[in-house]
Amino acid sequence: MKDLAETPPRKIDTQAAIDRFLAACNSHVGAYLDACIHCGQCSQACHFHEATQDPKYTPALKLQPMTRVYKRHKAPLSGIKRMFGLVPPELTAEYLQETEELIFQSCTMCGRCTEVCPMAIDVASVVALSRQAFVAAGLGPADLLQAAENSRDKGSPLGLTPEVLRDRIEWLSDDNEVEIPLDRDKAEVLVTVSSIEMMKYPDSIVAVARLMNAAGLDWTISTKGYEATNFGVLSGRSDIAKTMITRLTDAAESVGAKLLVIPECGHAYGAMRWSGANILGRPLPFEVLHITELVAKLIRDGKLKLKQAAESVTYHDPCQVSRRGGATGAAREILAAYSSDVREMTPSGNHNWCCGGGGGVQAMASAAALRHAVFQIKINQVEATGAKTFVSACANCRLTMDESREVLHWPREVQSLVEVLADRLEG
Amino acid sequence: MSFLQLTQGPLWYLASAVFVIGVAWRLIGLLRLGRGPDRSVARRSGVAGALKAIALHSVPHGGNLKRTIYHFVTGYGFHLGLFTLLFFAAPHVAFIKGLTGLSWTPLPRWGFLIAAEAAFAGLILMWLRRMTDPVMRRLSDADDHIATWLVFIVMLTGCLALQEAHDSLRALHLLCVEALMIYFPFSRLMHAFTFLVARAYTGATYGRRGVTP
Repeated sequence: MKDLAETPPRKIDTQAAIDRFLAACNSHVGAYLDACIHCGQCSQACHFHEATQDPKYTPALKLQPMTRVYKRHKAPLSGIKRMFGLVPPELTAEYLQETEELIFQSCTMCGRCTEVCPMAIDVASVVALSRQAFVAAGLGPADLLQAAENSRDKGSPLGLTPEVLRDRIEWLSDDNEVEIPLDRDKAEVLVTVSSIEMMKYPDSIVAVARLMNAAGLDWTISTKGYEATNFGVLSGRSDIAKTMITRLTDAAESVGAKLLVIPECGHAYGAMRWSGANILGRPLPFEVLHITELVAKLIRDGKLKLKQAAESVTYHDPCQVSRRGGATGAAREILAAYSSDVREMTPSGNHNWCCGGGGGVQAMASAAALRHAVFQIKINQVEATGAKTFVSACANCRLTMDESREVLHWPREVQSLVEVLADRLEG
Repeated sequence: MSFLQLTQGPLWYLASAVFVIGVAWRLIGLLRLGRGPDRSVARRSGVAGALKAIALHSVPHGGNLKRTIYHFVTGYGFHLGLFTLLFFAAPHVAFIKGLTGLSWTPLPRWGFLIAAEAAFAGLILMWLRRMTDPVMRRLSDADDHIATWLVFIVMLTGCLALQEAHDSLRALHLLCVEALMIYFPFSRLMHAFTFLVARAYTGATYGRRGVTP
């Protein structure tokens, strides 16, 4: 990993971090910080610890910056403890810099550690809040923050402006002879995109269009709000998180959509389905489904007919769709329709190992070496299944795994679930 | 006033008051921190999720048993042994009867020995792990060690006082218990109560999503 000390000195506003930490310490977070017994079992579930065996990647350590502030300033009885000098020391700029890697580069917020924790501490949610404090202090990886600012200023982290979106949809539509409706005045379904798909895996967009058209859905993509990825959430920029959610909500409301579809992107699903209304401050006036949930429903309702393949397939669960999203079963329904030989990895479903690039880690160049080390876990899992086809339902996972497999010279292809499915459409 | 009378009288009431008020203060204070409403549309019941998480996180799940077997065995050995001693050791049953009038059948001597051995073995093995495992060493702070040693001393003096042959040994045990009770609300020993809150919050959050983490 790139030595973080090499980066130019940054002006660090420690008080801003303290204020943000304190604002985040509600009863939910306080319970987690109070309950940790330092048993270290979480290390056994963390892919960063698993890949490196370095104790510094123990998830419980990621609670400590917030714990310091909470136990010094806000925890019940902290006043009495302070009188006896029994509270943790005040946050310092040096401490924030020392722990920055724990909060950003070495946490994908996959939630696996919560499963093994006897206290069920949701470390991922504390890390997400901690990122807000670090960013308020002026810390955080520049590339991750740039991706968030690109989203705000250009519409997407990868430069997918409304004009580029229009051009690419026209190109994909013409090249593949598929109708991809854009900016229709009214539609029942608003389909959102991930710029990773649009810029790097455009066949996924075509596949989604084929599935939507085959099912006869009344749908559109909108240039008013199209980017499903939310780097505001990932980077700790809550203002940008709200901007991105607002754009999608406004776009859905303007076309009168009853359903908003999240593409193959794990964190986009979590950001909109589970955090969207909370970030926006009001309930969402439409249903939110991950593309796998919608496709599973269409198969169930008989609206999509597929030719089942005989070739073996294994599936990588995106953490934010399965373990933290609750849509684990949808992919299984699709896989069962796709192939008669589905081979689960061990572990899989809600207990899967992360790809190593979730939580914005994919966007951090300084985390590349660590990500690649983690990917060896996935290689071992896939190889153990002996499956011919390896699919996932998250463009971010796919990009992470594609980059790592190239570095590690692993000659397997990571495919998109909707892409392989669209190829099996009947008629 | 003798040493025993001091530990059975004023010190006992002081320690009890600190324990009860301190624990209540911390729990009420924690809950009073509040949290905003979850406006997402729930897939399943949050309450059911909370109850499931409270139960499920008492045992290893998700295929993690092999990886955490040491903690599982030592943790259960210690906690089961300790609570068996606390509520079923003959002197404790008599003590509780004196306080509340309630009584139940105490452990026979062999039962006491098994419970004590499990509690001591579990505690010592957990502490050895804390001292030797690189992850636990990195995580541990003074509170972890103070709490461990206080519990160990309480159990040790309890065994020494078992025969009730010497008042001074009983008084020493009571003094150690009182120190533990006073330390308790200020320490990580509070996990005896906060584990329910943490598990319930996570269970409710993920239960709404249709997941039992």
